[in-house]
This record gives sequence, C-alpha cells and structure tokens, in this order.
Amino acid sequence: MARSSTAKDAQALIQSLRSAYAATPTNLKIIDLYIIFAVSTALIQVVYMALVGSFPFNSFLSGVLSCVGTAVLAVCLRIQVNKENKEFKDLPPERAFADFVLCNLVLHLVIMNFLG
Amino acid sequence: MARGLRFLVLILSVASICDAATFNPISDSHRSAALELFTPTDGSLKSLEETFEALRTFEVLGIDKKSEIKGYTCPTVVDTLWSPSSALKDLFQALRVNGVLKCELNDEVFAGIASRLKDNVKDANSLLDLHYLIGSLKLIKGQTAEVDVHLEDADGIFRAIKALSQSDGRWRFSSNNPESSTYAAGIALETLAGVVALASHDIDQSLMDTLKQDILKLFDGIERYDDGSCYFDEKLVDAQGNWGPVSASSSIVRGLTSFATSTPESLNLPGDRILCLAKFFLGIGVPGNFKDLYHQIDALASLENNRISIPLILSLPSSVLSVTRKDQLKVRVNTVLGSAVPPLSVKLMQIFTSGSKDASIIDQELKFDPETKLHVLDALPENVDVGKYTFTFEILLHDPEHKKIYATGGRTKVSVYVTGVVNIDQAEIAILDSDLGNVETKKRLDLTGENTIALSANHLQKLRLTFQLTTPFGRAFKPHQAFLRLRHESGVEHIFLVRSSGKNFEITLDFLGLVEKFFYLSGRYDIQLTVGDSVMENSFLQPLGYLDLDLPDAPEKAARPPPQPVDSSSKYGPRAEITHIFRSPDKRPPTELSFAFLGLVLLPLGGFLIGLLLLRVNLRNFPSSTLPAFFAISFHIGIAAVLSLYVVFWLKLDLFTTLKALGILGISLMFTGHRTLSYLASTSAKLKSA
Repeated sequence: MARSSTAKDAQALIQSLRSAYAATPTNLKIIDLYIIFAVSTALIQVVYMALVGSFPFNSFLSGVLSCVGTAVLAVCLRIQVNKENKEFKDLPPERAFADFVLCNLVLHLVIMNFLG
Repeated sequence: MARGLRFLVLILSVASICDAATFNPISDSHRSAALELFTPTDGSLKSLEETFEALRTFEVLGIDKKSEIKGYTCPTVVDTLWSPSSALKDLFQALRVNGVLKCELNDEVFAGIASRLKDNVKDANSLLDLHYLIGSLKLIKGQTAEVDVHLEDADGIFRAIKALSQSDGRWRFSSNNPESSTYAAGIALETLAGVVALASHDIDQSLMDTLKQDILKLFDGIERYDDGSCYFDEKLVDAQGNWGPVSASSSIVRGLTSFATSTPESLNLPGDRILCLAKFFLGIGVPGNFKDLYHQIDALASLENNRISIPLILSLPSSVLSVTRKDQLKVRVNTVLGSAVPPLSVKLMQIFTSGSKDASIIDQELKFDPETKLHVLDALPENVDVGKYTFTFEILLHDPEHKKIYATGGRTKVSVYVTGVVNIDQAEIAILDSDLGNVETKKRLDLTGENTIALSANHLQKLRLTFQLTTPFGRAFKPHQAFLRLRHESGVEHIFLVRSSGKNFEITLDFLGLVEKFFYLSGRYDIQLTVGDSVMENSFLQPLGYLDLDLPDAPEKAARPPPQPVDSSSKYGPRAEITHIFRSPDKRPPTELSFAFLGLVLLPLGGFLIGLLLLRVNLRNFPSSTLPAFFAISFHIGIAAVLSLYVVFWLKLDLFTTLKALGILGISLMFTGHRTLSYLASTSAKLKSA
C-alpha cells in the first residue's frame, strides 16, 4: 500500500509539475530547452572523457566550460526575463537578452582560445 | 767501425787541417737558374746595367738569347750613345751592352763620345766617374779601330786613382767619403788596368810597384773558410746593392785579372789564392738572385782564362760507392766553367777514416779514360770496408811549363761514402731464468725474412736477444742505430739500445728491474728490432713477434702509464649517431569512437531544434518594416560573423588578429543590436500601453 501510494503520489507530483510548467510563457520554455541542451552536451563530453582519458585536458575543460557557462548565462537570462520576478521588474528583457548575447560572445572567445 | 780495421798507420803532417768538401764546376743547374732569374718582361723596363749583366751571364753559360734581347735593347742603346747629354754611367752601360749585342752604330758616334770623355777626364775626381770614363774609352777601343782613345796624362790619372787607396789595400769611392770599400778596390784595379792599357807611354815603374804592394796588402785581409775557400768581405753597405762577399770578391777578381792582362809583369800572387777564390765562387752553389748569379759567373769567367794562374777543380760525379754494385771511384778534373784541361794525372794519396786522424798511404795513380774524360780507380784498396772516408787526391800536370799557368792546389780532400750490405746472422731470442740463467725458451730468428715469435715470460725472467753484424769483408760493424722496442697493446712503448762488443750484439732485459718502468702493465708486448746506418744498404725495422708478459699488480702509489695520444680521427672525427628518445605520445582513441561521439554531441542540438518546433516558436515579433528589419538582419548576421570568426580563430588565426577583427565586428554588432533591441523594446512598450 505504501508503495502504491508513493507511486501514486509521485505520479500526482509529476502531473502537477507538468501542468504548472505548461503555464510558463513560451520564451521561458525556450530558455529551459536551451539549458537542457547545453547541460546534456556537457554530460556527453564528460562521458567521452571518462572513456578515452583526459589527454588534451585543455580541450575537455574548454568544451565543458563552454556548455556550463552558456547554461549559467541562460539561467541568468531566465531570471531577468521572468515577469514574475519582482527584482528585475524595471529591466527590459531586451536589455537582458543583449547582456546574454554579449557575455556569450566573450565566453566563447575565451573558450576558443583555450580550445587549442 | 774503426776498431778491427787494419790500416797501415802513419801519422801525417797536419798541413791538411781543412775539412773535405766537393766543389763542382758550373753545370746545367746554373743555366736553368739564369734563364729563370732573367725573364724579360717588356724588355725596355730593365736598365742597361741589368741587361748587360744578363747578356754577360748568358754569354758565359753558352745560352743564346742575343737576337731576342737585341730587338728591344738596341734602340735604347743607340739613343743613349747619340744623345749629347747622357750621363757617364749611362754611356758606360750602353757601350758595354753594345759590345755584346753589336747594334748598328757608326764610328762618328764613337769619335764624338771619345773626345767628350777625354775632355772630362781631367775634371773627374770620384772613383766611379773615372771608372766609367776609362771603361768607356776601353770599350770604344774594343769596338772600333778608327777612334783614337789614347790617354796623354796616364800617369796623372794613375796617381789620382791611387790617391784614393787606403793602407789596408782597400779604396775609397771619393776623397769626400772617408769609408773604404773592398768593392771599390776591385773597381780601382779595373780602372787602373784600363789606364795602363790606354796609356800612350809606359806608366812609371814606381807607381806599378806600389800598386803591386797594395794588391798584396789587400790579399792579407782575405777571409778563409775551413773547406779551403776564401773570400773578401765587404764592410761598407752602399745603396747600389753592391754589398756582401760575392760582389766584393767578384769585383776584386775582375780587377785583378784585368790588371794582370794589361801588364806583362807578374804579380807574385801565390796560385793557391786564386784557387781558393775559385772554390768560394763554386762553393756558393746556384745563387737565388740575379745579381749574385751574375757576380759569380762573371768572376768565374774571369778566372777561367786569367794570366795569374788558372784554377783546376777536382770533383767526383758520385761520392757514394756501393760495394754491392762494385762501383769504381771516378774523378773528374775541369776548369771552373767545366772546360777541358791540359794533360794531367790524378793520384789517390791517402784514405782517412772519418773521425780519425789515422790514414793509410795509398799513392796510387788513377787511370784516365779519354772517352768519358774521367780518371778511374780500378779497385778500391782491400782495407776499404763500408763506412765514411776522406780521400786525398793530388793532381800532377804532365808538362812542367803548365805549373806556372795552372793552379792545382796541392792535395784535395773529398768525402766518400762506401756502402754495402751488412750481414746479420746468428740471431737468437731467448727467455732466461733470472737466478741461474737457465734457458727456458730459445728461438732462432731470421732477420732477413719475416718472423713471428710468440714468447711468454713473467717478471722473474729475462729476455735476451743476440745477433752478429759483419761487413761484406767480414769485419765487425757498428751501426748508428740498434734499438729493441717493446710496445704494449695499450700503446705504451719502451725502447732499449742494443750494445755490441766486436761483431756480437746482445741485449738482456731483466724484467725484475723493469717492472716499474713498464708501469706494471701485463699483457702482450710487440717486439720490434731496428738496425740502421747511413752506409748500410739493408737497414731494417722489423717486427719480430710478441711477448706475453706477466707482471705483478701495480701497488697504490705506482706511476700511471703516460696517456697515449688519442687518435685524432676518433677525437675530431664524426661521433656516433645519437638516437633521441622521445616521450611516447599519449594514446589517442580510435577515430571511429571519436566520430561516434561527435555525432552523439550533435544530438542535443538536434533535440533542441526539435523541441523548438514542438513549442511552436515563431518569428512574429520580427520587425517587418524595412529599416528595423535591416538592422535586425544585420544583427543576426553580425552574431553569425562573430561566431564564424571564432571558428577561423580556432583553425588558423592568432589572438591578436582575432581581437582586432572582433573589435571591428563588435562595434557594428553593438550598433545594430542596440537599434534592433531598442526598436523591439519600443514596440512591446507600445503594445503594453495600448
């Protein structure tokens, strides 16, 4: 009974999460999707490194860092763009997006230099 | 070598102290040297004096180059002789050259010059001026019979020249110059000879007598060498290059012989003076410069036919006689220039062994071979074995009248080497016990052939080598070199002298005493025997074999053997090839795996795009009106450009060019981005407010 209730509770939890998530605006969903894409790319790189060894370690680091960095920047963008966030009420989302683009470009310059 | 030889010993008078030397008459080497030293470049560049010297040298040596030289010299000669303002020296040289070349000149020229010269004779006061004047007049006399060149005041001129003489027989060049010179003495004698020849009346006898005394005084100052030659040395160095014994002696010889020719009186000079001067000129060999060669040849030519006494030179075509080849002793007698001599015979008087005063009297006459013109001794006396000897010869003229004309020089000494094959036999090498001298191993050696002896010894034993050396005549022989050499395999070598007593040669190496000398090095030693001498035709340096020597170990303080010279090719030659060991490169994964993961990494990107489609993204907010659309598009293009710049940066570029390009792109991106986003912001604000 506990198992089934736990399972039912888990299912109910997931359902409520899904329905709540469906209410988020589309642009936030895009940003979430972008974050998932970046993190999964990082994970695949880590798995590859685990398999073949860390020989060009700098390349591994730059690859992982690029994914993680861009994910972090996307998170920042999401925070700033989210209308429910009272802290950034006065910040126009275009400005946040401009910051996001700029920071990404700088990040990728560093990454490309470190890639070797 | 001297011991064991049995000579008839007679201690002779010590009159012949001088060493033996061979003087050879003029030969083809002088001719080739003359041709080499005088190479006319343009011909006209050489002065008349040098041209004359060359012509005289070629004339004496029998080289015919007159037609060649005549072509470019005669014009200069003719010009000089015709010109009324030529200097005395130039006239003299031109007349000298003309005397040899006989250029086209008529008597008018000679007459003009002769009268000019005779006028200048009274005014001349320096020796050289008088020399040129008198010499020119004499040359004119020789070249044409028409012109009168006789001197009126011959006595006066004689006195003027005589006034410049010094008490030691030398002359000064002029009354202003206090220094006296031997070369000047020769010139003075030559000039005086010319005066005597050109005088219209006989010269005062007292003047001639004083001159003869001066000549004898001059000869008192002659310098001698040990080998029987003598010369006049020059103390004064003058700028004309006439210094040194060759030119001084040559000048004296010239003056003396011309003086002797010009006067019928005898000079009372002993004949050996002339002979020793001749030997000096022959003894200098072939001079290296032209002036000396000229002086030598000219002096010898003057001596060849002089009126005092003609020197006869005894020489040997070969001074090395081989007993094996049964060489005969051959002797040649010539004049200094190599011409024929009157009938004479040569006697071998004595033979000295080199390094000893004892001699054997031979007194044997050599047979004359008229075809080869050599005097030959049929067989050497029996007691002449191999070695170095000094033979004494004497020349005997057949006609007693010739004794006044020719100078034979008494006894002539010549060094002769007699070589032969030295017999080596009874050669043995043995290893002996140190204490009792018992023979352990004994091997015979054949030193005429090859030997490879293998011996072994330890430090308690001795090595003994014995052999006998005998000359072809059976007498004992002591060579210059008799060495035994032991060479260790590491290169350290030791040389020992082999001592002799009579015919027997023996060396004993006691290893007990030599252990330290050998640096305690045990091992194989190569044995080598060297026996050599200059008169030994079969000197040898032979490896005999090897010796395995067992020495005790070296104590702590023993001397180390000297370092052997490193073979230079091993030290400075190419070294061994170095193979570098590189760090092995890290293992790379197989390419298939890498490509698989490449595809795998691109999957999330695909997933992202698919997700975007599922979310039904649209571009509704994209500005539609032209200007904002333009900026929006440029913004996107700008971003794409920056990203592609990064790709190019990764592939090719360096950071600095990238940063420069990025700066440019960034500025444009900023601008377009700002425009686009501000437009979007304004539209969304409008929507909100609306």
